[in-house]
Amino acid sequence: MAETTGTMAASSAISSRWGRGLRRCLAHPLLWPLLTLILLLAGNGLFNPGFLALQWRDGHLYGNLIDIAHRAAPLALVSLGMTLVIALRGLDISVGAVLAIAATVAAWTIGHVSNDGLLPLWLAIAAALAAGALCGLWNGWLVVGAGMQPIVATLILMVAGRGIAQSISGGQILTLYYAPYSFLGNGFVLGLPFSLFVVAAVFALLQLALRKTALGLFVRAIGHNPQAAHVAGVRARAITLGAYVFCGIAAALAGLLVSSNVNSADANNAGLLLELDAILAVALGGSLLGGGRFSLAGSLLGALIIQALTTTIYAIGVPPQVNLAVKAVLVFAVMLLQSPLCRGQLRALLRLRAERRA
Amino acid sequence: MTPVSPAARPVVLQARGLGKRFGATLALDGVDLALRAGEVHALMGQNGAGKSTLIKLLTGVERPDRGSVELDGRVIAPSTPMEAQRDGIGTVYQEVNLCPNLSVAENLYAGRYPRRRRLRMIDWRQVRDGARSLLRQLHLELDVDAPLGSYPVAIRQMVAIARALGVSARVLILDEPTSSLDEGEVRELFRVIAQLRERGMAILFVTHFLDQVYAVSDRITVLRDGCRVGEYAVADLPPAALVNAMVGRDLPTVAGADAERAPPPDAPPAIDAQGLGCRGKLHPVDLQVRRGEMLGLGGLLGSGRTELARLLFGLDRAERGELRIGGERVELKHPADAVVRGLALCPEERKTDGIVAELSVRENIVLALQARQGWRGMSRARQDELARQLVQALGIKAADIETPVGLLSGGNQQKVMLARWLVTEPRLLILDEPTRGIDVAAKQELMAEVTRRAHAGMAVLFISAETGELTRWCDRIAVMRERRKAGELPGGSTEARVLAMIAGD
Repeated sequence: MAETTGTMAASSAISSRWGRGLRRCLAHPLLWPLLTLILLLAGNGLFNPGFLALQWRDGHLYGNLIDIAHRAAPLALVSLGMTLVIALRGLDISVGAVLAIAATVAAWTIGHVSNDGLLPLWLAIAAALAAGALCGLWNGWLVVGAGMQPIVATLILMVAGRGIAQSISGGQILTLYYAPYSFLGNGFVLGLPFSLFVVAAVFALLQLALRKTALGLFVRAIGHNPQAAHVAGVRARAITLGAYVFCGIAAALAGLLVSSNVNSADANNAGLLLELDAILAVALGGSLLGGGRFSLAGSLLGALIIQALTTTIYAIGVPPQVNLAVKAVLVFAVMLLQSPLCRGQLRALLRLRAERRA
Repeated sequence: MTPVSPAARPVVLQARGLGKRFGATLALDGVDLALRAGEVHALMGQNGAGKSTLIKLLTGVERPDRGSVELDGRVIAPSTPMEAQRDGIGTVYQEVNLCPNLSVAENLYAGRYPRRRRLRMIDWRQVRDGARSLLRQLHLELDVDAPLGSYPVAIRQMVAIARALGVSARVLILDEPTSSLDEGEVRELFRVIAQLRERGMAILFVTHFLDQVYAVSDRITVLRDGCRVGEYAVADLPPAALVNAMVGRDLPTVAGADAERAPPPDAPPAIDAQGLGCRGKLHPVDLQVRRGEMLGLGGLLGSGRTELARLLFGLDRAERGELRIGGERVELKHPADAVVRGLALCPEERKTDGIVAELSVRENIVLALQARQGWRGMSRARQDELARQLVQALGIKAADIETPVGLLSGGNQQKVMLARWLVTEPRLLILDEPTRGIDVAAKQELMAEVTRRAHAGMAVLFISAETGELTRWCDRIAVMRERRKAGELPGGSTEARVLAMIAGD
């Protein structure tokens, strides 16, 4: 008798622990972005059974999944920078232009250094990253030093950036004939595209900085209540400036990947409208666009969702002239799914139907 | 002062038994008030005595729970300020509530523009002419087309009075009209008040300044704790008696800090400001707080209390004077500079400047210490330990230390604020109105911990509008008035003395 109650108590403890785990899982902020991505990929898998297949060929891993991740890499990098800026109540709509500047600077550097070794590669990377940092510094200074509203401050470079890039390239699309540079956007390491390692490294670095130092606490305090953070002695201005610089560097890294991938730098079209996709990725990932609450992993998922959407549209053969409209409809559906208000209403509707049936 | 015979003048406004309750507090308890034509009636009382509640009831901002108001023998019950205005009660608030971006004429007629008969268009000529004639009544020569914001506050106040005249007010309520005026401007205002009195208007004048009461008033009503203490002719109530009536005789005359915890007089100063000032905000101030001392800082709203705290903490930059912290001369450019040197500030506006509502109790508590340490992150175990310690020490009521602070009650939020600074073990703790809006029990727990820390050597600058709190807890009291230091009083001074210094008597 005593034994049975014992087992019953134990089993109920187990089930309650299960219940708690499940509840925590359901409440996890990354649940919905992850679910969205899985649904998208599964939907593709249904339409096209070969979609999810992975192949090992010539020592590399091939397949749509790898392709989506590889193509999402530039957007993912920019989204990481954007996440930090948005978490601090800012916005950077110049990332597309900065990407173009960095790509052009890299191409120009390679074109002007005659050396057969790896020197042009390193110089190009350094120059591009420096250009990105400089752009970020400019944006950050406008916001922090001149007190402009972020969207207006970064609008300046968004408009001017492509002009700057064109004046560097002399109005030409710079084509690159330099094999080492091509590795950045096309190379493989351990069977996986090199771009994935770049994203992983930046993500890990940022995550480490946010978790292991006080940066995470500061960013969230500033994002939620900048005035209170200031009074508590947090150097909010310096941190905000740093975030814009980081965002510029992230856009420059994306510029390296993009230009290396197609072996050319196009000042006019590289990273066009990327800023909107990046903001969308941050929103999809569950960060608050008003600042404070943010998730780096969520933004990565957001970038993957956007690329998966694009791939899906091509895969199901949507005519090119309507594919932006289709993308908009899909984004609309995804955002509805993620809206807590909408989910609540949906749940209430389902409950009502269930009650009526009963 | 012209002597008034109480029955000579007709009563214009008669309030009977007005009562108002806000939640658990009885703000006003059966108060009578009679305003007579051609008289200036001063309404006096300490903070929380019920003055603003009474004015809110008269001007339709709030409805009374009980009691009635009669104007010229007719019962009125305004439910909006607009209705009160239409009934004939004009009000000029401390913060002039006109639109600085509109012209003087527009401000005078906004909401009641004269219209042309045809097409119902605004008759701008009549607006301008009317505005000029209204201002002429107050002997003011202004460009009625200039934006109101181009004139100083004193003039704006006159315009507000002119607007009240324009709506043919029988009663004019002036709510602390002089608190942002200089001496010359106050004289000008008094001239206008005297003129309106001549014309038979009934005027209710609310102020903290005793000398001004005696300069213009004919009659005084004193409130205390929501009740009417009495109505007096000015001649019958000398200043000392007025202060006693406001404070209440039942208060102990010496309620000062207990002698045992008074700091040794030779303790080194934790902070020493000499001639610290900032143009437009604060005249040069000398201030010293010794180790283990609790210095009270009193004064009216806008007297410079908060401005001084902001300068000491680096929230504003001092333009002149020098500041020594622990004997070392410093220049503070940012609150972080102050925090690094062991200063702490619990700001007046808890919600906007203090807590980060979305962050947890733990994160709020470690924020300042973390900011002081720089980038080096604190281990989670250490954070938990510190947070638990302070939650226990201050009796913070929260489900656990991961609860967002926004979910806590006001008193507990204030305790979290204090905890944030106590973990930094500050040299000087500045408390700006720490007890406002929190209940008695929380106030006791808060101050008990502060006093304990002061015992251990922490210096405290305690800013409060409640003179009772200053005399109860502080070793010494400095008083601010008109953005300069009016003087200092030793601990154990009576409330009446502090109040007199605050009012500039």
